[in-house]
Amino acid sequence: MATTASLSPARRAWQRFKRNRLGYWSLLAFATLVVLSLLAEVLSNDRPLVVRYQGQTYWPLVHDYPETTFGGDFESNTDYLDPFIREQLSKGGNWAVYAPNPYGPKTLNYFAKSPNPSAPTGDNWLGTDDRGRDLLAQLIYGFRVSVLFALALTAIGTVLGIVTGAIQGFFGGRTDLAFQRFIEIWGSMPELYLLIIFSAVLAPSIGLLLVLLSLFGWMGLSDYVRAEFLRNRQMDYVRAARAMGLTNWQIIWRHVLPNSLTPVVTFLPFRMSAAILALTSLDFLGLGVPPGTPSLGELLSQGKNNIDAWWISLSTFAVLVITLLLLTFMGDALRDAMDPRKQDT
Amino acid sequence: MTPLLDVRDLRVGFNGVDVVHRIGFTIQAGEKLALVGESGSGKTVSALSLLRLVQNAQVQGSALLEGRDLLQLSERELRAVRGDEVAVIFQEPMTALNPLYTVGEQIAEVLQLKRGMTAAQARQEVVALLASTGIPEPERRAGAYPHQLSGGQRQRAMIAMALASRPKLLIADEPTTALDVSLRGQILDLLSDLQREHGMAVLLITHDLNLVRRFADRVAVMERGHLVEQGAVAHVFAAPQHPYTRRLLASRPRRDVVEPTVAADQPPALQARQLCVTYPVPLPGVRGWFRKGVFEAVQQVDFDLAAGRTLGVVGESGSGKSTLALAALGLLPHSGELRVGQSDWASAAAAGQTRALRQRVQVVFQDPFSSLSPRMTVEQIVGEGLQVHQPGLPRPQRRERVIDALEAVGLLSPEDTPDAWLQRYPHECSGGQRQRLAIARALIVDPQVLVLDEPTSALDVTVQQQVLGLLQGLQRERGLGYLLITHDVDVIRAMAHEVLVMKEGRVVERGPVLQVLDDPQHPYTRQLVQAAT
Repeated sequence: MATTASLSPARRAWQRFKRNRLGYWSLLAFATLVVLSLLAEVLSNDRPLVVRYQGQTYWPLVHDYPETTFGGDFESNTDYLDPFIREQLSKGGNWAVYAPNPYGPKTLNYFAKSPNPSAPTGDNWLGTDDRGRDLLAQLIYGFRVSVLFALALTAIGTVLGIVTGAIQGFFGGRTDLAFQRFIEIWGSMPELYLLIIFSAVLAPSIGLLLVLLSLFGWMGLSDYVRAEFLRNRQMDYVRAARAMGLTNWQIIWRHVLPNSLTPVVTFLPFRMSAAILALTSLDFLGLGVPPGTPSLGELLSQGKNNIDAWWISLSTFAVLVITLLLLTFMGDALRDAMDPRKQDT
Repeated sequence: MTPLLDVRDLRVGFNGVDVVHRIGFTIQAGEKLALVGESGSGKTVSALSLLRLVQNAQVQGSALLEGRDLLQLSERELRAVRGDEVAVIFQEPMTALNPLYTVGEQIAEVLQLKRGMTAAQARQEVVALLASTGIPEPERRAGAYPHQLSGGQRQRAMIAMALASRPKLLIADEPTTALDVSLRGQILDLLSDLQREHGMAVLLITHDLNLVRRFADRVAVMERGHLVEQGAVAHVFAAPQHPYTRRLLASRPRRDVVEPTVAADQPPALQARQLCVTYPVPLPGVRGWFRKGVFEAVQQVDFDLAAGRTLGVVGESGSGKSTLALAALGLLPHSGELRVGQSDWASAAAAGQTRALRQRVQVVFQDPFSSLSPRMTVEQIVGEGLQVHQPGLPRPQRRERVIDALEAVGLLSPEDTPDAWLQRYPHECSGGQRQRLAIARALIVDPQVLVLDEPTSALDVTVQQQVLGLLQGLQRERGLGYLLITHDVDVIRAMAHEVLVMKEGRVVERGPVLQVLDDPQHPYTRQLVQAAT
């Protein structure tokens, strides 16, 4: 049986995708980067992962400990970058496991040897920004914020686009007409003005940004899904299903939808990269995430303000280019894999 | 006498796999050669690769056109041959003509390019050419865009364009397949006349043996890339040598139907009285903003279909026969009465109880490629009806029923292991297998009436014969009533008990099938029957 195993169209598309080396490796690389960034706390943190101090084990990653715990003078949270604390933690039988990059995204290194912004040194591998925060840590956390935001925005936009497109395309007629006019009106609203107005009125937050961008992000996809539904609903297999007595819902779910997802899947990587770019540019303009959130756009704007600190703009630029390139390669491969005109050879 | 075209050892391959194996044929000047074969036999590829019109094909061998080997010519030299010495007309004139230019402009382009005419000369010649192809009002038609012409007129315009350069050889690739039956004869006669007038040779590529018999001097039969037989048409048709040619010639649908014994008081399985179906159409001008016009696709049709019998509905495109099929399935709003057994579609719909009726009327569509959802397995496709009509049936029993249905349509024999078939997807099946799947999907809910909408017209002739045989057998065993919609008089003759002839939404003639076909009363029926022989 193994030799003649039947492949569903989706499986065949996946195999075609895998044959595109560039796209496949881009997918693997991107997935690895995302997983690593999800583990950012372990990779880049100003707290040690585990501390053994005077026979006791501490988990600073999940618990806050006052400095007095480790022989300090203050009741405040321990600053593990303090040379005194470091010394305490390495004395005698004490030890501590630090993250490879011992800075968090907001950590200000009060003990840095060079002025801010500092060029790459042994302490700060990619240097610091103009407030003394470690650049590598900011890039890792900023990448994570961007990707998670893009995933959420893509997911919401895709679901909204499919639902609205499906309703328009499947029912057609007046429903379609009304929805189309609504989209035309809605689409002509000035998105950027709304963002500026809302960010002035309401407190900026990622959630608000997600809602505002989602409000306008579904329309492009909705048109594609609508067109696919219009085409598929008059195929003979849909007519046969009607003649069989299936309900509208069953026909949509089992027959039309699975055959209408090609543009949706094809556009996923491109939508992701568009979302990352949107967040970055809004942050750059200062309309995006609240201050203090690690963000690639905010780093770019720092790079612009500190032209001589080349390491800021160069490394941020590199992260953005690599991310967007990987997504584009994936998108290209996916588009080829889903192309119905391409035959298996 | 040296032949006009002498093809020797022609091999055509794609990606190293040969699809045409060392074939050879000759065409004398002024001769009509037909290249026949079923889909996938390589007949189109063979002919078009002579002009290198097939992409990504590796062509070997030789093709001497008046002593010059076409296959050795440079792309530049070949361009001078194409359209000049050898012209091509394609199957689908709508896609072969550029929709952005008028027909006259496209023909004039050929004249100016190939015959060096001035614009004014070309304009006159265009009208003369169009007139010679029998298009009415050629001056006006020259200014028409392709979409403004009917299918037959478009094909005539294509022919005029092909003739514009006065070719020595015309390659006609299925020139009448996209046309209605009654037009096919006319186009073929036109080609014959023009061929005689210009003394050009014609290479006709077709799957239709009727056309060959009517048109060609000689015939070459292709099967899976091999040329299995060639000779004079009369000779080959009278005494075919190769088994494949014999099979092809014997593939005319055979009549094998019985008169069912039905109790007299049993109501018809499907009955229509004064059935009308209308579509809204946009009205021109400002009026169309406020209300829609009405197009009557089916007008006042009556019929009775008894169990175990076949009612054939024959007509050309636009006759309303497919609309009638959809109405019979309860998929279109209609006026008049349409009863399935004792109950009526309209009142069932009003009461929200159409599901029980749907189980009794099922359908098989024409196109086996669009009638099966490409993302479902055979088991899901065939089993879907059971999920709807017997939702309580446990999975193993449903699978059992699916296997039974597949056996009934001859896709499985009892000793086969069914798993491989059940997990298959439609793209892994041939056209004939797909059509059998569509029949199995309809049969599994145990219907009383099957609406067959051109069930075999997308299939090759030998496969068509098998599918029709299957349908006849199923009718005998299960007493199914068939509403058979087709444009093919041969299929009607083989399958039907009674026949309705439809034209422009109306029934123009009706009666027992042999009586209507052998002694047609209405001129339209006569035209249809004549075109089919």
